[in-house]
Amino acid sequence: MRQVAIIGIGQTIIGERWDRSLRDIAGEAVFSTLYDAQRERAEALFVGNMMSGTINNQNNLGAYLADWIGMWGDEAYKIEAACASGAAAFRSGLMAVASGEIDSAIVVGVEKMTDQQPHDVTAALATAADADWEVEQGVSFVGLNALIMRRYMHEYGWKHTDFAPFSINAHANAVYNPFARLQNTITLEVYQKAPMVADPINLMDASPIGDGAAAVFIVPLDQAPLDGRSVVVAGSAAATDTISVHSRKDPLVLAAAQASVKQAYAQAGTGPEEIDVFELHDAFSIMAVLSLEACGFAERGQGPRLGLDNQIHPKGRLPICTRGGLKARGHPVGATGLYQIVEIVQQLRGECGETQVENVRTGMAQNIGGSGATILTHIFKAV
Amino acid sequence: MEIARHWRLKKQRYGLVGEVCPHCEAKIFPPRDICPSCGQEARDLYQFSGRGEVYSYTTIYQAPSGFDETAPYTVALVKLDEGPIITAQLTDLEDDKVEIGMPVEMVTRKLRTDGDERGLLVYGYKFRPFQNIPQKNEALPH
Repeated sequence: MRQVAIIGIGQTIIGERWDRSLRDIAGEAVFSTLYDAQRERAEALFVGNMMSGTINNQNNLGAYLADWIGMWGDEAYKIEAACASGAAAFRSGLMAVASGEIDSAIVVGVEKMTDQQPHDVTAALATAADADWEVEQGVSFVGLNALIMRRYMHEYGWKHTDFAPFSINAHANAVYNPFARLQNTITLEVYQKAPMVADPINLMDASPIGDGAAAVFIVPLDQAPLDGRSVVVAGSAAATDTISVHSRKDPLVLAAAQASVKQAYAQAGTGPEEIDVFELHDAFSIMAVLSLEACGFAERGQGPRLGLDNQIHPKGRLPICTRGGLKARGHPVGATGLYQIVEIVQQLRGECGETQVENVRTGMAQNIGGSGATILTHIFKAV
Repeated sequence: MEIARHWRLKKQRYGLVGEVCPHCEAKIFPPRDICPSCGQEARDLYQFSGRGEVYSYTTIYQAPSGFDETAPYTVALVKLDEGPIITAQLTDLEDDKVEIGMPVEMVTRKLRTDGDERGLLVYGYKFRPFQNIPQKNEALPH
């Protein structure tokens, strides 16, 4: 297999883009990417998206977007893996280029969520869970995470406020990200007084949805310009766990994160001590905690400690959510995996301004689909 | 409306019928073709007792469409006495404060309406605080 590099990135601001359609925002991200890569076209297009068929009445997104962005006639597909659709699309494009089958690909993640009523979006998000045995009981996606968080707090004795540093850090970093949905800081008091969504998860534990798209341009490493802006994919792995939370051997362990990160570390010849920046999947604060534990940054049950000990900000031992994370940058579900990858590229290029991590050599992104059922881990290094 | 789907799941929804693995004797709910404990084929039906305890719980304030009319409601992970954990609503709580470890038992309740006012009423299992009342075996309507 060939080594693959990212040579161009693009992203849109996340928000309620009522004036723009799904293809408009996907196009925005792709055209920025082409400009950034100094290319006019790729051989194939991979689209990460979860819900276009459910809430936008549009499938066949490969052809739909290839048509829109002027890749007439080119190979194009949508890849769906719930909230991990973005990273799954990236890995699909990566495998196509790495195999030698094609020499260039654009991967775009896009989600257009705010055209629909909130309860319909809630129902559409719940399709990531088991329709017969979870959703039919009336549990929402937030509810599943709340069930995990309650049990976690019970077993390890953490208080709700012990999770606050994750949300506070994410918001503090998003202030400096012009693409973030929520570019405001929050205080501990705001976190504590936020309205309850599904206890113990309140509004400040939960990431906001939004419309957004992010994209990358990938080529074989030996065709990438050596201008200090190319980034090599050093590790890429995916794993699955049971679709239902209740079927897990241990609902408090992200087994698919453990499996995919182990493989990605091995491929990259690295380990948790060498990761300089980590964009993790903080759809809910409990997911940030479980991800840190699964990836070897904290002992089991000790994830909140990293936040409380002030280690997760851009100058800390393990910077996370440096552009706002899902919590403040926003979570346009099928696009999120691509936003994470774009943000790691920005860190490796040194383009992150106030939240730039110093001396970044290795960055990691982890994208979670469902309540832990599909998890992809990618590791990137500067060329 | 998904009439066939609701019909297909009636044994599980109304009767909590799962499986027991003929190879390793693990109790399985909901039923599946491959035993999650030993990886071999598992298709022998098994009647669960319907008793268990609360493993975790939450209250849903923002319900998915179809469940709006009953929100807020409590959903739990219930650890059945026979081993498996299942997702189910808690009901008949009245003044009971829900706690992890609380003993509960299965009852049959309306889950939601599938479709409009002329749609299907979907019934299924929920769990209430354990009451220790002997139940006679009532026949379910077909």
